[in-house]
Amino acid sequence: MKILVQDAAFDAGAELNDFTKAQSNMGAVVSFTGIVRDLDAGLKQMDIEHYPGMTERALEKIASDAMGRWNLGDVLVIHRFGALKPEDVIMMVATASKHRKDAFEAADFLMDFLKSRAPFWKKEQTGAAQDWVNSKQEDEDALTRWE
Amino acid sequence: MNVLYFAWVRERIGVPKEQIDTSAATVMDLVEELRAREERYALAFSDMSALRVAVDQDLSDFDASLEGVREIAFFPPMTGG
Repeated sequence: MKILVQDAAFDAGAELNDFTKAQSNMGAVVSFTGIVRDLDAGLKQMDIEHYPGMTERALEKIASDAMGRWNLGDVLVIHRFGALKPEDVIMMVATASKHRKDAFEAADFLMDFLKSRAPFWKKEQTGAAQDWVNSKQEDEDALTRWE
Repeated sequence: MNVLYFAWVRERIGVPKEQIDTSAATVMDLVEELRAREERYALAFSDMSALRVAVDQDLSDFDASLEGVREIAFFPPMTGG
């Protein structure tokens, strides 16, 4: 299990290759990469704030829960904080398992919990305006399917 | 105890962190104490449904006990991923 919380940019492709190579006898690797998007074509910057200490604890708990729930060989979570631009990679998760279903479901689970249970907050800067991104009820509702 | 604020809660209160001497028994008692203290706290804590709390770095509830607690953090719902 590898959990990284960092301000530095990272190469999601290289991380995925390293993760895949480090596995032994795993038949499946699933990954998700989150990218800063600019849906309204005015986003200048996205600032991500987090709670050092709690962030790592929360991510470790989410990853451990996934390891306990599915038959996984390994889990990788990388999440950035600080100032990001449109098209920058924000975060990635990867899961490895013997069969694909475990890796798929665990990656989906990790993303659902990472969205609303890991202490990150996004602020969007569009021109002169700055606004905190509101949480979505659908993200909260998504957690109920794992109960 | 150390009290931390994040995102717009931090902006409304004006500091990221402060040391508060309190005899509050629960999180909500502490919130009431802060609200009575100054307008900026009353403003930040005006709608508790828009807030979340972590007690010693674990997500918790407003009725949680503060006995033995070293760190408490207030913030809006999280928006990771």
